[in-house]
Amino acid sequence: MQELVKRAKELLADGTVVRVLGWKQGDLGYNPEPAYFNSEEELKDFVYDGFCGANLSKYMIEACKMEGNTLVFLKPCDTYSFNQLIKEHRVKREKAYIIGVGCKGTLDIDKVKNAGIKGIESISQDGDTLKLKTIYGEKEFPFNDALLERCTVCKGKTHQVYDELIGAAEGEEAGPVGNRFEMVEKLEAMSPKERFEFWQGELSKCIRCNACRNACPACSCLKCVFDSNQFDTAQKANVDTFEEQMFHIIRAFHVAGRCTDCGECSRVCPQGIPLHLLNRKFIKDINEFYGEYQAGEDTDSRAPLTNYTFEDVEPGIVVERGQK
Amino acid sequence: MYKIEKSRLSELFAAIAAQEDLFLPIKKCDQANYGLWTEEAEVDLDTLKTVKSPKDCFFPQSETLYKCKNEDGKLAIDPAKLQDKPFVVFGMRACDVQAVKVLDNVFLNDPVDSYYAARREHGILVAMACHEPEETCFCKVFGIDAANPAADVATWMVGEDLYWKALTEKGEALTKLVENLLTDADEAAVEKEKKQIQAIIEKLPFSHLDLSVFENSELMELFDSPKWEEMYKPCLACGTCTFVCPTCQCYDIKDFNTGSGVQRYRCWDSCMYSDFTMMAHGNMRTSQMQRFRQRFMHKLKYYPDNNDGMYSCVGCGRCVSKCPASLNIVKVIKKMGGEA
Repeated sequence: MQELVKRAKELLADGTVVRVLGWKQGDLGYNPEPAYFNSEEELKDFVYDGFCGANLSKYMIEACKMEGNTLVFLKPCDTYSFNQLIKEHRVKREKAYIIGVGCKGTLDIDKVKNAGIKGIESISQDGDTLKLKTIYGEKEFPFNDALLERCTVCKGKTHQVYDELIGAAEGEEAGPVGNRFEMVEKLEAMSPKERFEFWQGELSKCIRCNACRNACPACSCLKCVFDSNQFDTAQKANVDTFEEQMFHIIRAFHVAGRCTDCGECSRVCPQGIPLHLLNRKFIKDINEFYGEYQAGEDTDSRAPLTNYTFEDVEPGIVVERGQK
Repeated sequence: MYKIEKSRLSELFAAIAAQEDLFLPIKKCDQANYGLWTEEAEVDLDTLKTVKSPKDCFFPQSETLYKCKNEDGKLAIDPAKLQDKPFVVFGMRACDVQAVKVLDNVFLNDPVDSYYAARREHGILVAMACHEPEETCFCKVFGIDAANPAADVATWMVGEDLYWKALTEKGEALTKLVENLLTDADEAAVEKEKKQIQAIIEKLPFSHLDLSVFENSELMELFDSPKWEEMYKPCLACGTCTFVCPTCQCYDIKDFNTGSGVQRYRCWDSCMYSDFTMMAHGNMRTSQMQRFRQRFMHKLKYYPDNNDGMYSCVGCGRCVSKCPASLNIVKVIKKMGGEA
């Protein structure tokens, strides 16, 4: 981490950038916040650890509109989002100085708390173990058990875009990773009734806070259709029990083919709804219909849903699948 | 003081529910939220804080106010039925009970909100002391005692028993209803539990936040502080903090076109949203900094100035654990109070 701060100070000092976008130390050991640092002095609060899950690519949409260039620290996973934003003309590459930082996985404090660890005062890491000081005594928790779901199916440690790398492990695979489509496959195997009940249960928890949308780097519309009071689509609450599903289904459709599977939607959901499963269903279908595709791997190719080839799947496939 | 074995709580719930609607924390798809008790429901009294507060029981996220229909060329208006039967909210924490008092000042003062007033009149609050307060809790800062919740009935979980004490007439009446399930108990175990809770609260990291800056500063001085500009930037402008908050009370009124009529409903609004306070002339808050400032100035300055010093934050800490960007009112209090 000291190396990151040192490099940030140098880049501020030599005028390459006028601000640094990173994470600032929180007050509970697990709640660092995304932050801009404008001076060497402010960087004293800089932190980078497993709780810096926030994908800063989203913040670059605003940062690119500011005067001068911004140094941004991106984890391998975050760089896919940045590339995708370049492709959609939402960020300007030349306004960003990207330091790709190594990532050992990002953590979900709720997994620790759900194991019954309460009153956490501070957290340190010792090898593969999290050491927690709590008001109820010292506790330990395996690092890997605290990983966010997205990190258990990590895309790999290679940065897709950067100006320089610090602590990176390009080309390395991230430990043993699971099959990210496992749960999608389970859902596909369910009967329509079971599947409906699964989503009804999950989505009925939705409180329409829009955290998923606002954290999502693919949700970059200047004005969301759900915020517009020009149409009947404006929503702050559900008028009936089906409406919350509409919001999420429409959002999933809108980011289909653009979603990099960064997992921010599920990370920020206050109700723990596995929203990433909707996106992964689209990703899986796109892979099957149009060939393997990973959004954010490049900045100039045509995406499957905005392209046409003779190999494209026939539209009738939808009908055939529905008859299964 | 009475008690009942924890293992017999489902009998207690069944007995209450046989007479009145019973709302309590229920775990569904891994999360605890207040819901209507049924025999199949997975009651969760161990989770300290439900995701959403029990605010919904009195001020639901969305409620129909009235329906309009065109009947033979005439407009027919069908107002929503007001709550007219008693109901019980079980397991409320001391902070959530105080939050209802915050809402009372808004909805029960002139002009009285009849929908809310009807629910308050018929609602019976059964609170539960916090056995193991967490690091995100800071109710003590607002003078709330998590060991002594001030509801119609207060309960404590000690060992294998739930202790029960009626504190108001409504509470006495509810106690009568379930008397045959309760046995007499002495207060010794509860007194010991209270001391333990209070000792834990002393040790919590946010228990000693200093609010004096909000009491001693002029409104405009706080409003014009350059610190808002420094604080708001990570805010994603989502409504998580406002929707998990037990005291946020702003709402919007909207019409739902049913095809054959109009359903006028109100739903929670959030000062974080871009169309909050949108009026015919436009919006007086045009930046996220202004919206961010509004939320905290309302909680910590405007409301107390208008309500004899009562803050409209109760320190439940839901926003502390749920903000996607890890911003929260604690960080604001610290920053405004001079801490770096």
